[in-house]
Amino acid sequence: MSAAGPLPRRSRPLGGGGAQRHGGTMKPANRKWLWIGGVLLAVVLLVLPFLVKNYRVFQFNLVLVYAIAVLGLNILTGYNGQISLGHGAFYAIGAYVAAMLMDHAGLPYWATLPLAAALCFALGFLMGFPALRLGGHYLALATFALALAVPQLLKYKKIEGWTGGVQGIVLTKPEPPFSFSLFGQPLSADRWLYFFTLVVAAIMFLLAWNLLRGRVGRALVAVRDHPIAATAMGINLPMFKSLAFGVSAGFTGVAGALGAIVVAFVSPDSFTVFLSISFLVGVVIGGLASIPGAVFGAIFIQFVPNLADQISKSAPWAIYGVFLIVFMVLMPTGVMGMLRRTWLRWRPGAAQPSVR
Amino acid sequence: MHSTDMDALLHQIFSGLANGCIYGSVALALVMIYQATHHINFAQGEMATFSTFIAWALIQSGWPYWAAFVATVVVSFAGGLVVQRIILRPVERAPVLTNVIVFIGLLVIFNSLAGWIFEHTIKAFPSPFPQESFLRTRFFSAHEVGSIGVMLCVLGALYAFFRFTPIGLAMRAAAQNPDSARLVGIRVSWMLAVGWGLAAAIGAVAGMMVAPIVYLDPNMMSGILLYGFAAALLGGIDNPWGAVVGGFIVGVLENLLGAYVIGTELKLTVALVLIVGILTLKPSGLFGKHVVTRV
Amino acid sequence: MDTRHFRLALLAVALAVTGGTAFAQKKYDTGADDKEIKVGHLNPYSGPASAYGAIGKAIGAYFDKVNAEGGINGRKVKFISLDDGYNPAKTVEQARKLVEEDEVLLVFQPLGTPSNSAIHKYMNTKKVPQLFVATGATKWGDPKNFPYTMGWQPNYQSEAKIYAAHILETKPNAKIGVLYQNDDYGKDYLKGFEDGLGAKAASMIVSKVSYEVTDPTVDSQMVTLKSSGADTFFNVTTPKFAAQAIKKAAEIGWKPTHYLNSVSNAVGSVMTPAGLENGIGIFTAAYIKDPTDPQFQKGKEYDDWLAWMRKYHPSGDLKDNFNVYGYTVAQTLEQVLKQCGDNLTRDNVMKQSATLDINLPMLLPGVNIKTGPDDFYPIEREQLMKFNGKSWDLFGKVYGR
Repeated sequence: MSAAGPLPRRSRPLGGGGAQRHGGTMKPANRKWLWIGGVLLAVVLLVLPFLVKNYRVFQFNLVLVYAIAVLGLNILTGYNGQISLGHGAFYAIGAYVAAMLMDHAGLPYWATLPLAAALCFALGFLMGFPALRLGGHYLALATFALALAVPQLLKYKKIEGWTGGVQGIVLTKPEPPFSFSLFGQPLSADRWLYFFTLVVAAIMFLLAWNLLRGRVGRALVAVRDHPIAATAMGINLPMFKSLAFGVSAGFTGVAGALGAIVVAFVSPDSFTVFLSISFLVGVVIGGLASIPGAVFGAIFIQFVPNLADQISKSAPWAIYGVFLIVFMVLMPTGVMGMLRRTWLRWRPGAAQPSVR
Repeated sequence: MHSTDMDALLHQIFSGLANGCIYGSVALALVMIYQATHHINFAQGEMATFSTFIAWALIQSGWPYWAAFVATVVVSFAGGLVVQRIILRPVERAPVLTNVIVFIGLLVIFNSLAGWIFEHTIKAFPSPFPQESFLRTRFFSAHEVGSIGVMLCVLGALYAFFRFTPIGLAMRAAAQNPDSARLVGIRVSWMLAVGWGLAAAIGAVAGMMVAPIVYLDPNMMSGILLYGFAAALLGGIDNPWGAVVGGFIVGVLENLLGAYVIGTELKLTVALVLIVGILTLKPSGLFGKHVVTRV
Repeated sequence: MDTRHFRLALLAVALAVTGGTAFAQKKYDTGADDKEIKVGHLNPYSGPASAYGAIGKAIGAYFDKVNAEGGINGRKVKFISLDDGYNPAKTVEQARKLVEEDEVLLVFQPLGTPSNSAIHKYMNTKKVPQLFVATGATKWGDPKNFPYTMGWQPNYQSEAKIYAAHILETKPNAKIGVLYQNDDYGKDYLKGFEDGLGAKAASMIVSKVSYEVTDPTVDSQMVTLKSSGADTFFNVTTPKFAAQAIKKAAEIGWKPTHYLNSVSNAVGSVMTPAGLENGIGIFTAAYIKDPTDPQFQKGKEYDDWLAWMRKYHPSGDLKDNFNVYGYTVAQTLEQVLKQCGDNLTRDNVMKQSATLDINLPMLLPGVNIKTGPDDFYPIEREQLMKFNGKSWDLFGKVYGR
């Protein structure tokens, strides 16, 4: 190691962490606790919508939708190290695909999801090609440009007949297919959508977990941390980077379609650059290269602006900014990073973690 | 081509150059911060706007223009320094994206505070170059010529600073290789703080040159920052000259696309696609240094 | 009937009469009771349209005054205003919060066409008034299909038709250039303008250029318009860009007949920064008084407004015409609630809103507020004005119903 340094300039990894370690090496006692916790969580999730008003359920739906979007971005940025400031564009495309299919083609809402996923996957994959040449800040600019271009394209008058132009498309919220009641609260459209979104989110999270814990996940991380070494070991860099983009975009596209169904309205103004930035905020706050982190990130971007609004009516976004900075100073590796550190420190008889 | 068509074309080009001056000034501030810290400061635009508001407030309470100008630059320098010391130092060693989120936090804070303190009605900001001065030409207003002059001065000063002064050299070293720089005795942390201060000062100048043209309101820089970003990267993020040239290119390109090629409804999209295309062909920007890494 | 039954019958009749009138005395829906009326409100306090947040602050300050003076029919107004950042998805969330959690009686003045479109169906399904929406889009006056939604200000298309009519009258061979913001507001004006010109639209409009809210300047667009040879200019821009356009036109030596949309005709916040001498001769339409126009800065109406600003809204900018807009639209709601009396149901709120016939102090003389069961357009009248370098000279007839 010479004084000039053998590593490329960007020697700090984007995420500061490697791939997750999973339950394979856990003690049976710990496994039991994990199972009990899981079942409890499932029960809470299933009963929750009947304990709160419809308006809260609507907010929970948004959290689930954002969690899928943040998870998508995390695959690309957290695990694969490619920064994207433009995932709002894929969210918008997914949303419009769903809206147009439901409005013009009369497709049932659940059928729009796979189509949105497929289209966004294809577009994301294509995005992978310029992404290969551009690294770091340049890719950030390119994706930022995408985030700005999509709303403008959506307003374009030549395709107004399809997209609804600046007026957008109003959708009808799907009604629950059967009646049901718990604790005196009926199964409303919002509650039905909650379960639908929950199932979709569970599927997406499972898909991600499956994808990332195996060879693909390790390859993604290898490409992120040591691209040259990865190529030397036989990983097809262009293919992997494009695949990462495609999968990531596909996830966010599904989130977008779900979002359109939940909100029942799309318009170009719903998908500004700030949405893309919010997703990135969600990824970092939740924790890079972490699947459960996506949920924390989604909760943050959905609820903290409302909290800030309650704290200060005159400058709520200043409060939001303070929250961002405080979170980053106290938890530089996100919520999951902090949880991991606490878990490692408190576990009885654990080896001391290396300094991160 | 008719003479009026030629006239119109020239007008579009020159108007693009004038806009390009705006983008170039912001790009300079971005390059400054990048050279000092190797980060792109997304809050640069909002900080510049806030500085311009401070200048406006001083002028409103009776200060003469140049006094307010100098005071604002000094206050902005101090402000940038303080921001680095208090807010950015804790995350100095954190991952890149953590820093990015902190920049976003700063962006939102400055924007919100500006709106709260100074309200949202647009404000006219005076220009130090009176409308009828000798600087005025057929295609440029006096102020536009003056701003180009100011920007070139700042550019020259920046270039000289980094190339010929020991502090400039120390700053570049601190950014490029903090560990080695420390070994040589450079106080890296303070170099970063000074870098931020200088970038804030340059941003203030950019804001005060831009405001007379676009009018001052809290969202003044929101649109400009993107173009400044594009200009900085197009020219090569580590090259101040590149930033200025990049700014001019972006300005002219945008105008010509809107007027002659694709119409105004899609010019943003096409301009960005073209810029990204150029970057794909020349990944370190038109004038940037090509980074060769050792395996 | 025997005595016992007779007495019972008498008791029943007595109960029916007194009980009936007791029930007819006070009627409440969620959000109203003996002590207060909860009024929900949505506004973009942040984001690209944050300039309009001034309206919400003005309305809040007006209800402070109303409450300080005893409230409406003895009830205080609880004004709950939420930020939607001009993001329709957020508007949906906040509207639902107001209706389902804060349980307001009505939602007042949501701002922006996309924001209102997003909650249009919801509000009408829930039967909650979406009252006096802050947008000039034409589609809000549809009582048959959307009985709980009503607009307030003159709609953009009818204003644009006034300009078109004036051009056809005074300059039938005009070559027109249009600059418009690339969103629903800009396109709505453009549509009205083209409809107003009718068959001649295609031949008269020689250049149509748009801009985005995120564009730094409209300089390039102005150059394009000048080089198209247009001698008439229809300027559909928001205040910042309007000032830029007026200034740039003067700088490049383009002196068309200039029609400026009413959104951006304030003397203090547009004409002055643009350069007062550059604005001489510009036409616009108006329905409300500009507080920075010297001709309106006198008289009891202005004094009342100024006193209100000083006492209840001291942080408000006296040059911001949103403070007059907010004042006036709040007065409209005050009138509706007064007319409701003790019958504060949502249906009655809509009924009273459709039974308005009033004049308000800060509206232009000749402009009134009138609604009916089939007429959900409260303000329809406007008058043309011409800028003389210091203020606007009203001229001609008052257009509109």
